[in-house]
Amino acid sequence: MQIFGVPLPAMLSQLLLGLVNGSFYAVLSLGLAVIFGLLNVINFAHGALFMLGALLAWLGLDALGLSYWWMLVLSPLTVGVLGVVIERTMLQWIYKLDTLYGLLLTLGITLVIEGVFRAKFGVSGLPYSPPDQLMGGIDLGFMTLPIYRAFVVVASLTVCFATWYVIERTKLGAYLRAGTENPKLVEAFGVNVPLMVTLTYGFGVALAAFAGVLAAPVTQVSPLMGQNLIIVVFAVVVIGGMGSIMGSIITGLALGVIEGLTKVFYPEASTTAVFLIMVIVLLIRPAGLFGKTR
Amino acid sequence: MRNDKLLYGLLFIGLCAAPFAGAYPVFVLKLMCFALFACAFNLLIGFTGLLSFGHAAFFGGAGYVCGHALKSWGVTPELALLAGTGVGALLGWGMGLLAIRREGIYFSMITLALAQMLFFFCLQSPLTGGEDGLQGVPRGKLLGVLSLADDRVLYYVVLAIVAAAFALIVRIVNSPFGQILRAIRESEPRATSLGYDTHRFKLLAFVLSAALAGLAGSLKVLVMGFETLTDVHWSMSGLVILMTLVGGLGTLIGPVVGAVLIVTLENKLGDIGTSLAHLTGWDIFSAMGESVSTFTGAIFVICVLAFRRGIMGEIIHRLPSRRAA
Repeated sequence: MQIFGVPLPAMLSQLLLGLVNGSFYAVLSLGLAVIFGLLNVINFAHGALFMLGALLAWLGLDALGLSYWWMLVLSPLTVGVLGVVIERTMLQWIYKLDTLYGLLLTLGITLVIEGVFRAKFGVSGLPYSPPDQLMGGIDLGFMTLPIYRAFVVVASLTVCFATWYVIERTKLGAYLRAGTENPKLVEAFGVNVPLMVTLTYGFGVALAAFAGVLAAPVTQVSPLMGQNLIIVVFAVVVIGGMGSIMGSIITGLALGVIEGLTKVFYPEASTTAVFLIMVIVLLIRPAGLFGKTR
Repeated sequence: MRNDKLLYGLLFIGLCAAPFAGAYPVFVLKLMCFALFACAFNLLIGFTGLLSFGHAAFFGGAGYVCGHALKSWGVTPELALLAGTGVGALLGWGMGLLAIRREGIYFSMITLALAQMLFFFCLQSPLTGGEDGLQGVPRGKLLGVLSLADDRVLYYVVLAIVAAAFALIVRIVNSPFGQILRAIRESEPRATSLGYDTHRFKLLAFVLSAALAGLAGSLKVLVMGFETLTDVHWSMSGLVILMTLVGGLGTLIGPVVGAVLIVTLENKLGDIGTSLAHLTGWDIFSAMGESVSTFTGAIFVICVLAFRRGIMGEIIHRLPSRRAA
């Protein structure tokens, strides 16, 4: 069977790959949006911390013999703690300044992290195989479904929707949303806002590390794996607007799928597809698809 | 103001004399190209308050065009420079038109994404030579007469162009147009309420900055004789931000100081590391040359946290009579 001259299995496998990438975009842009909402900082270091998550998974197996499942928990925790340290020692001093300083500071942090790991591990990819339980594929008749890729999509979406639920439907989330609107007033009600800000940053970067561990078996683990990704995620954020949690999730997934389809029909444009969509969105709806005009 | 003119005059005379004082002309020229690039960038962030994260696109994009014109079309250098500058302006116009539709941090992210698009284009296009870049670009003869193959001749030609471009930037900053840009930086709504079409002014500032960055990139190709993907990569945009930040945002001479410092550091870090390793006997230092990005990152962090005025900004701030440069 063919669709527009492309065999169906090829199309479906690219579609799945698009979904996998889309789930990474979703998790990463979600983290960026949560951090930006409360800290007013665009976290350039998100890509580097994504890389750190993947690299820690590799290191955990290589040096300590810890399995994928252990690292799926330990790696985000470690990066989350690192995030708390970064927030306490550096980010907390620049909240009162223009937002551009937040971008510059996190850019500096990115360069340091990537530089340190590049000096240690070089730029070539380190192989990391999926856990035994998720090896292989299921024959669906019309295509083989690689189990690991399906797992990545399901795991990312679960985390995304759990985050959405916590923020939009629980009391803790209500504090967070209120803190985004008016931190002073929330503090006056006796909520420890600085603590909330610190933990939010830790949580946001832990999400990035989680995506990193998920990505480790799909892409090669390398100190520069987050570099280009973060710029694509910035474009995703511009397209979706950072005002809505659900908006980030949907935009991320949709763009991943579109990118996957571009790979089938016009491979040369696959690296620029997301940026082209950004241009179109800026022309038609400058505030972004889910953004509020301010 | 008189002090400033004295300073610029001394700097110019110093640069004229530099080759006779034993400075390696090509390195000084490289410094000048980056200084011009940083000044062009500063026109936007320092005087208009817009953080562009896509200036590598103009610098490198113009460099590729200039190099291609020199190498494949065999045009004279002045035409190649014009072509590069023109392409810089054109790219700036396109990017500016899109990016000024959003404000603040979104502006920076859009410029970054658009520049990345150009990076991928350069990576895939056969015109740029992909990973290998454009090698062996000839310098040609200025106006078809004056051969630039001699480093000293090239030195004075480029010095004249860079000095003229710097004078243009000073002129722009001190003109009524520059005043309006500063008004936009301080408060865009106020500038709007005074009846200025702020979008038009921002776009014009963006195009001017992009054109000058394009000139800097074109000059660099003429000097170095090659162009690679490094110049269009986003890390180059980051580097020019760092140069301007270290030197002092919104000061005229600051970006020059910053560019000289950062480029020298990048070139000499390996040597510094080796001599430090000799001095202290610690092996760690000898690896310094390979971890340039760690160092630039650390400087970024320190500058943002503790040294936001930059070198020149700090000096101006401490002068007894506080005058805006």
